[in-house]
Amino acid sequence: MQKIGVFVCWCGSNIAGTVDVERVAQAVANEPGVVISTDYQYMCSEAGQLKIRQAIKEYGLTGIVVCSCSPRMHEATFRKTAQAAGLNPYMVEIANIREQCSWIHKDKDEGTEKAIILAKAAIAKLHLNTPLKAGESAVTKRALVIGGGIAGIQTALDIADAGYEVDIVEKSPTIGGKMAQLDKTFPTLDCAACILTPKMVDASAHEKINLFTYSEVEGVSGFVGNFKVKIRKKARHVKADLCTGCGVCTEKCPSRKAPNEFNQGLNKRGAIYIPFAQAIPNVPVIDTEYCVKMKTGKCGLCATVCPSKAIDFEQQDEIVEREYGAIVAATGYKLINLDNFEEFGYAQNKDVITSLELERLMNAAGPTKGTLLRPSDNEHPHEIVFIQCVGSRDVSGCGKPYCSKICCMYTAKHAMMIRDKYPDTKVHVFYIDVRTPGKNFDEFYRRAVEEYGVDYIKGMVGKVVEKDGKLLVQGSDLIANEQIKIEADLVVLATAIEPDPSVKNLATMLTASIDTNNFLTEAHAKLRPVESPTAGVFLSGVCQGPKDVPETVAQASAAAAKVIGLLAKDKLTCNPCVANSNELLCNGCSQCANVCPYGAIEYINKEVNDHGKREVRRIALVNEAVCQGCGACTVTCPSGAMDLKGFTTRQIMAEVDAICK
Amino acid sequence: MTYSYYPGCTLKTKAKELDRYARVSAEALGVTLAEIEDWQCCGAVYPLALDEIATKLSAVRALDSAKKEGRELLTLCSACHHVIKRVNNDMLTNDDIRMKVNNYLKLDTDYVGETNVVHYLEMLRDAVGFDNLKAAVKNPLKGRKIAAYYGCLLLRPAKVMQFDNPENPTILEDFIKAIGATPVITGYRNECCGGYVALEDKAIPQKRANMILEEAVSKGADTVITACPLCLYNLETNSTIDNKPTICYFTELLAEALGLK
Repeated sequence: MQKIGVFVCWCGSNIAGTVDVERVAQAVANEPGVVISTDYQYMCSEAGQLKIRQAIKEYGLTGIVVCSCSPRMHEATFRKTAQAAGLNPYMVEIANIREQCSWIHKDKDEGTEKAIILAKAAIAKLHLNTPLKAGESAVTKRALVIGGGIAGIQTALDIADAGYEVDIVEKSPTIGGKMAQLDKTFPTLDCAACILTPKMVDASAHEKINLFTYSEVEGVSGFVGNFKVKIRKKARHVKADLCTGCGVCTEKCPSRKAPNEFNQGLNKRGAIYIPFAQAIPNVPVIDTEYCVKMKTGKCGLCATVCPSKAIDFEQQDEIVEREYGAIVAATGYKLINLDNFEEFGYAQNKDVITSLELERLMNAAGPTKGTLLRPSDNEHPHEIVFIQCVGSRDVSGCGKPYCSKICCMYTAKHAMMIRDKYPDTKVHVFYIDVRTPGKNFDEFYRRAVEEYGVDYIKGMVGKVVEKDGKLLVQGSDLIANEQIKIEADLVVLATAIEPDPSVKNLATMLTASIDTNNFLTEAHAKLRPVESPTAGVFLSGVCQGPKDVPETVAQASAAAAKVIGLLAKDKLTCNPCVANSNELLCNGCSQCANVCPYGAIEYINKEVNDHGKREVRRIALVNEAVCQGCGACTVTCPSGAMDLKGFTTRQIMAEVDAICK
Repeated sequence: MTYSYYPGCTLKTKAKELDRYARVSAEALGVTLAEIEDWQCCGAVYPLALDEIATKLSAVRALDSAKKEGRELLTLCSACHHVIKRVNNDMLTNDDIRMKVNNYLKLDTDYVGETNVVHYLEMLRDAVGFDNLKAAVKNPLKGRKIAAYYGCLLLRPAKVMQFDNPENPTILEDFIKAIGATPVITGYRNECCGGYVALEDKAIPQKRANMILEEAVSKGADTVITACPLCLYNLETNSTIDNKPTICYFTELLAEALGLK
């Protein structure tokens, strides 16, 4: 018989508000094996843990049940507590009476009844617990960063500077991401290229960093410390080792129909192209959709003019397999599609543009060489209307419910820069709220209003209509309480951002969770913001939630610190709750191996002694270093040979019996 | 192809052309419009009060009549379409309204939103197809510049009406192309004409009708088409501009293009 201690936590009022904790402690005090049952305000605090340690020693406990929050939150904490008092850490059971009880019930009697049942189930399970010992696994000392924008670059640089190898996989032909498209950055107005491109060069020149541009992650297997990743290197149709980046091919290409992605489609590019002058690597790519040679077989001008014979129309995609200890997602964002916001006439009027398009129109390397000209007639606009929250903070279902966070500041930046460069231009900004919670942010916004005379109007725009070459903007001024009409030359939409669509597929491959808006979920919203709940997977940049550049860089470095902490270890403690096969029951059917997502099960021929009968049988063998304890095999096994340590079939049935009693 | 057809009151009085040319055109396109028996006024305005049941009953009777025939219910007047489609959505999604309506009507079997409500334009687009319509046109309206005026009832609320993009619709423009004319796209094509406010304050529909027509004229339209008798009334009667374009129902141009007028 086990000697069990039960410790019921109040969690302040989180649990005690809806569960009568004292009654829970009393109700289980006479359960078989229970020798002490008590409650305390904060069981996870030093005083609470001390109570547990003292009880273990005083009563000679062989196991403890802590009735508290989710095991995800504090199982590790209480296991350490038990260990410190000389108990095997796997002789600890958590009854989750917070997330699964107090937080979801309103009625105190009901909540208390349920908490008692959950506590009894945990006690029943604990009776069958056995001490477990964790094994160890090695760590591959290399990290993978998925996404080569400012987030990915910063994470990679920090990891590499600590002395570990890093691969960056970037799906587009160059690293740099969205930041490379920006003109100036708030709140200091330094040029984005001037602060980003040196970092791009650092990343490509770093001996520990390996770039896979124009590449995508195709498959991920393994587990923390030991990931195996398949990377598809898409065919550039240009041999990177021969290409000198002279750019002759891009100038001579006769196809000029492809929209220039780097300039947000505001102008066209050739079928063979380098995204922008500072691209890294400086190697062109052939866009097979627009290449005349690829489509008709005629042309091949690029191959003729290439002085280094680098063009290869036959080049195929290549699959590379690499091993990593840690993976960082830094997949970034895109602007939302504006189909649901046609009241602003984005698809109908050329002079209604997104803020990212405006960045390109103001950028010295953009299609207008930095002169602000409106797209329809290349005239200088004299009256400009900015509309904020296009698709953000939208509860109608047309857009996104969240605040995109960066728009207030970049709109203030745009407005100020236009007023500075073109003082003859009137600038209006329609806003719901102006949100500027950042260092020197509010001062920046006030400068736009007070020094640069930007006209901020609280209210939204209902309609934008083209009228005699102008854009008639109808909106409401909530403070003046009137409907207003502005005849504008240019309308700029501060469009909501959303995670890059590639993140969904990636999340599935990584078994990392995403929220309802497709942002990757952090392990804990406050305390573990750069880790995914999946061990060994980390989050960097906007893939986790909207962020500006300074915040992205901060989070990128934080993710790098976590990766370095992981890679610095030579061994990782494995989870001892792994599957094992009973060789007398196993009939070698292979069903468990077929369902195992980690490839942890192999088959061997082994001589077994079945009640005196010796024979060689084909039986399943679990590689404990690879098994993640998911339990898929245990429920699949038709003969009941597979069982999971710490969660044996008997333990689970005991819990069910206790609940149903 | 046979539809149960709900014409509505206005199509029997003020808007006879809308109805007449719809019927002859449908026949020419191989579509049978079987007018449902004993239909009653749809109520004309969709009642927004949550406890308003009585004014929804006639729409449900029409829907149930189509259900008994096992057909889709075809509508033409924007107001009727709006009311019947929204009432049908209530019957499909709102337990309270569904229960009360069925308690009132005591039908053989409860009506629970089974009937699909189709507007004539949707029938042209989805069942006939604009390419087939184009092929059936005998008298293409070449050189005509036509502005489509949608009004509000067909498009909104977009989630229920599911007619077209409420802010940038294309169905009428596609129709105009199919009959051989050139569509003139206007910004105010999906704005309200002033509707029933005409009864209380003529100045409002006057202002709106002028705004809508002036824009159409300034963009070169010679004709403005609509599917709504009330829109046509406001544009025609309440506008005060001098150079008014021709204002007519889309079915009139359809019949003209098919050589039936």
